[in-house]
Amino acid sequence: MNFETLSIATKGVLTNRMRSALTMLGILIGVASVVVLVAVGNGSSIAVANQFKALGTNSISVAPRGGRGGGPGGGGGGGGSSATPITLGAGDVKALQNKQYASVIKSVIPLVDGNNVTAAWQGTSTQPSRVVGATAEYEEAGAYSVKSGRFFNDNEVTNRLPVVVIGQTTATNLFGTSQAVGQIIQMNHVNFTVVGLLKDKGSNGFQDLDDVALAPWTAIRDRITGGPGYDDLAVEATSSKTTDAAQSVVTNVLAQRNGRNPNNTNTLGFRVRNATSLIQSSTSTSHTLTVLLGAVAAISLLVGGIGIMNIMLVTVTERTREIGIRKALGARKRVVMSQFLAEAVMLGALGGVTGVLTGLVGSHFRIVGVRPVVSYPSVVLALAVSVAVSLFFGIYPANRAASMRPIDALRHE
Amino acid sequence: MRRSATLQTSDTSTHNTSTDSTATYNSATSTGVDVTPTPDVLDTRNVIELFRIVKTYAMGENTVHALRSLSVSIMRGDFVAIMGASGSGKSTLMNIIGCLDVPSSGRYFLDGVEIASLDDDQLAMARNRKIGFIFQSFNLIPRTSAIANVMLPLAYAGVSRSERRARALHALDAVGLRDRIDHLPSELSGGQQQRVAVARAIATNPALLLADEPTGNLDSASTHEVLDIFTKLNNEGRTVVMITHENDVAARAKRVIRLVDGRIISDVRQTPAIVTHAAEGIAAMSGAQ
Repeated sequence: MNFETLSIATKGVLTNRMRSALTMLGILIGVASVVVLVAVGNGSSIAVANQFKALGTNSISVAPRGGRGGGPGGGGGGGGSSATPITLGAGDVKALQNKQYASVIKSVIPLVDGNNVTAAWQGTSTQPSRVVGATAEYEEAGAYSVKSGRFFNDNEVTNRLPVVVIGQTTATNLFGTSQAVGQIIQMNHVNFTVVGLLKDKGSNGFQDLDDVALAPWTAIRDRITGGPGYDDLAVEATSSKTTDAAQSVVTNVLAQRNGRNPNNTNTLGFRVRNATSLIQSSTSTSHTLTVLLGAVAAISLLVGGIGIMNIMLVTVTERTREIGIRKALGARKRVVMSQFLAEAVMLGALGGVTGVLTGLVGSHFRIVGVRPVVSYPSVVLALAVSVAVSLFFGIYPANRAASMRPIDALRHE
Repeated sequence: MRRSATLQTSDTSTHNTSTDSTATYNSATSTGVDVTPTPDVLDTRNVIELFRIVKTYAMGENTVHALRSLSVSIMRGDFVAIMGASGSGKSTLMNIIGCLDVPSSGRYFLDGVEIASLDDDQLAMARNRKIGFIFQSFNLIPRTSAIANVMLPLAYAGVSRSERRARALHALDAVGLRDRIDHLPSELSGGQQQRVAVARAIATNPALLLADEPTGNLDSASTHEVLDIFTKLNNEGRTVVMITHENDVAARAKRVIRLVDGRIISDVRQTPAIVTHAAEGIAAMSGAQ
């Protein structure tokens, strides 16, 4: 009976090609958007993870708890924490650079964040998403490389010279197609000379990594941010094996220097994180994003399912007389039921398969700056759900057909 | 007393057996041909036994009495025409005989099986195994070839694919449409469509051919063609029950039953039920023409 059921269902689908195609389109869009959106979310979390991996798993970040921007109020997040954020200073950097820690700590780079800094050139202005003051070592530690010009050097850091290295997005925003290196730009009305243009890093889905300006921290603090101390320390361990040791050295040294208890994170006043924990927290963020995107797409699958139910109800009504004939010829309830269920599932499965193909093609394109990475479990799930949805929404129309009384069905028309 | 005891047992056995059962209600006492059938004494020569069939419909607040205590039996091999004006109850009778509807009261035995107690699926099976339907409007499945239409009831009967095709070809051969097997209904004339319907009706080799105004939508040439096929099938031993309101069509039958207001008002035998010699069959055919 299986072959008959399938061939009757195929005939049903082919009889109204336009109608079947439109119904399938509903499922197609649902499945394709699940595949593409999950791929985008997936691609974004992979991009974020890669970005941190590029920094090396041996990098450690130190920041006063709450940060400068949050001020003392940042402690509120700690919940009952009475710690005042510490101030990171040159002494801290020196202490960590002490030779006795050389076996675990390779470098310590002070960072100064310039928040909401406006860069301007000949009437054009832009606000780079990151403006960072650092040392020359940051080129390697931050996994940056220069496309044209050069990175700033130790001499410029020591002499507090206003030079800047910018990313491609910032360069395009300011100069369009003009040459960037050698120009003088105004950062918060202070002149800085562009000495280098960075290679493209792309986007992680949250942030354009090329919308960036890097300058000597001395110049940023003197001329733009002012205030005491650094915002972060980028500490690099000698290898990934010594990361944990380096992390505890940093914690102990800074706690001691500030008179804090190194074992009580609530009163520490600063936070030490390594790349692995950063990757974990950021991938969990993008995982949430992926699930949300998938859920939105799944709703369109549901809508597609309702479309199938709608069209199957029309089909059953149209074919009432045929149902009557079949019943008069001895078709049992189950036979009529499976005939219409097969038709509904066929619509759903065809929509699902074409949707997967569309989704796979769509995933080849860069979407909102992210290269989508197809997640095969999501493809299988989307296909299974499209079949399940069509089965579920096919039951009511099929049952309606199967329950018709043969005399009523034969009289129809 | 003895009869009512038999009635009890036959009742129980009907409820306990499946539709496949061809349990017959054979009486120990032999009955004459003209004895009125009763449910406890069934003549195995009869394919249809209707006993005090009542059918009422609720039409809004009114109750319509479509059949008023109708009793009739039809022998195997007979060719019966049921006549009546519209509203006489002949369509209701046709639906009940065809197991498409169940009576409000009364008992109906089809080929020895009591129909009243069957559920929907068992009724479907009874229609499939015991009845071949021929409708006024042909009722072929659209966009489906002639042979696929004829194979359909065989598929529902669970016949294997290869055998289905062989039997469908045989049935189409019997109605003279061997060369049109792959035509769609829309590519066939009315008469040809009705012949496909006849082939479909006989494919399962049912106990009864049930035709509802089979010539109502046909021109006179096609009418003769189809009626000739009925006569031929009847001569081969098939039972034919045909509903019609045309006298010249009814004239081809061996027995004519007339209904008025849900009751039989006349029951006339025109030709003996069983024709023993082929020559007599041919004579009857040409006589009718």
